[in-house]
Amino acid sequence: MPTASLVRLDDYREVAPRGSMDFLLRIGERLRGRRLLHVSVSRYGGEIVEVLNRLVPILNDLGVETRWEITIGTADFDVITRAVGRALAGIEQVITEAMLGRLRDTCVENAKRLQLEADLVMVHEAGPLLLVDERPGAGHWVWRYHRDLSSPQPQLWNALRPVVHKYDAVVFSLPEFAAPLSVPRFLVLPSIDPLSERNREMSRVEQTTHLDRLHVPRDKPLLLQVGPFERLHDPLGVINAYRLVKKHHDVRLVLAGPPPAPGGDVLAEVQDAASHDADVSVVVLPPDPQSELNALERAATVVIQKPLKTDFGIEVLAAMWKGKPVIGSMAGGIPFQMVFGVTGFTVETVEGAAFRIRHLLSNPELIGRMGAAAREHVRRNFLITRHLGDYLALLAHLTK
Amino acid sequence: MTGVAPFTFLGCLELRELTAHEARDAREFLAELQRVPAESIFCHTAAVLLHRPVLPEAYPNDFALWAATEMSDRRLAERLAAVDTFPSDSIEGVREELVATVQDHLQHLQVAAPQTQGEPFRFLQIHLVPVPTGHQARTLQELRDTIAEVDVSALFYHIIEARYRHGRGRGDFAEWVETAVGRPDLADRLAHIDPYVGSLERLRERHLSVLSRVLEEVRA
Repeated sequence: MPTASLVRLDDYREVAPRGSMDFLLRIGERLRGRRLLHVSVSRYGGEIVEVLNRLVPILNDLGVETRWEITIGTADFDVITRAVGRALAGIEQVITEAMLGRLRDTCVENAKRLQLEADLVMVHEAGPLLLVDERPGAGHWVWRYHRDLSSPQPQLWNALRPVVHKYDAVVFSLPEFAAPLSVPRFLVLPSIDPLSERNREMSRVEQTTHLDRLHVPRDKPLLLQVGPFERLHDPLGVINAYRLVKKHHDVRLVLAGPPPAPGGDVLAEVQDAASHDADVSVVVLPPDPQSELNALERAATVVIQKPLKTDFGIEVLAAMWKGKPVIGSMAGGIPFQMVFGVTGFTVETVEGAAFRIRHLLSNPELIGRMGAAAREHVRRNFLITRHLGDYLALLAHLTK
Repeated sequence: MTGVAPFTFLGCLELRELTAHEARDAREFLAELQRVPAESIFCHTAAVLLHRPVLPEAYPNDFALWAATEMSDRRLAERLAAVDTFPSDSIEGVREELVATVQDHLQHLQVAAPQTQGEPFRFLQIHLVPVPTGHQARTLQELRDTIAEVDVSALFYHIIEARYRHGRGRGDFAEWVETAVGRPDLADRLAHIDPYVGSLERLRERHLSVLSRVLEEVRA
């Protein structure tokens, strides 16, 4: 299996849809020499960065001259960027004129340092948004906003909307995430990388090693939810659904999430609720737990994703790629990843989750069938190779 | 078959764009259906094949799916699902049939049109960028073999896009088989493959099945 930095487009032939790799190579020939520039605030951590880490070298392999620049700012720039991100998600924040001024100053400073000339400049997320004020005369500029912008904090949005209108287009991840704008709004759905550490094939021996280290036995059918121990991810609701299922099926529940962030987490409550039941495991994941998540998802019988609010919720795709049926909530992008009754079920209540899990456990052949359909659905619609095609389509359309 | 003009396979890149049109109930839906660009009607009907799940029994277009899942109006959903989204004339014909269907549905409603329980219908439009795949066919065997391995967007381009948006008769494969290969009987069989098979992969299988049978007959 190739390591992250060595992956080439050809490595995807075995997993991508038939004929798609040759077609991408042909598109690359057609777009050879065009210049694409990505700008983001960081080169480390997060789904956006993971995708760019993989796409940038592949785009260059294809002949599209692709660069990736990052904006540099002081610690307060990072703090302000995060606050602006929360405010754009509709979480009430105090964003002052001085804070916006700091963002603007940082973008002006970065514009002096960065090479911003390209046929297409794709600015990711809110941090570098104001770079557009410094755009050179030539080239097309698009703002790529990956999160939900459907109900931003009004005062902040009133200040930022005129800036967004200076772009030639905005790219959203879902129609539901889009804000009304007078510039063209395109859609590029998120994707997963089937060759990443999180999603690569993994032997039973290696799975067992990881599960043993996490103290997760494989003696019973496994229900799994991956997500932060926060109320918005509803781990307590998942425990309640498990308890309803447990009356009828001898199963184990694993709740796996990152170490708690300061304030607002419910890890202690989850651990207390789990302490009375040896079949509930609360797994606090180590840093960068890609292999561990891979092993847990492969070991699961049914995967649950029941957040009350989320962005796209890419964990659903990761589980589906491993051939698991998913019981998902209606939050964020979850319903868009699933085909109801074919790759899993969307539910609105704890009882609904319990009912659907019971239904699957009582019909094991359905688990296999839905899992296979889930993997195929991801193969056709949500692999990084499709994402690559979407960016090439954008480049071809805007620079024709 | 020396001297036969080769068939050049084109695939297509797809870019979806949000329009400003939205509908929250059947009346708004009717109004928007009448004013959205034809690209949008195409995007939510025939072009659904480009990003369709493996589910032949699913609603065949986005409008029917929305009526069923977001408005819980199964009656309207069934009627929208029955609209022929692969007409022989033009995408405007599809629009007219959709509009007539919703108008009739509203006229026969005993109560006020239900509002959506969930998400509004957001009209998208689609941009297709044709790109040569690098494949050419000079014989029926090469046509069959290339259909077996080419990106599915090429099937969409030569069967759906050619036929229903560019008005190229019975689709590019059938046209080439008749004019370049001189097999009108086979062209008829290809042209009669129903695009309602559920997915582009199934459409691929149907074409392969017809072509393989003919090639066996030729060899026999």
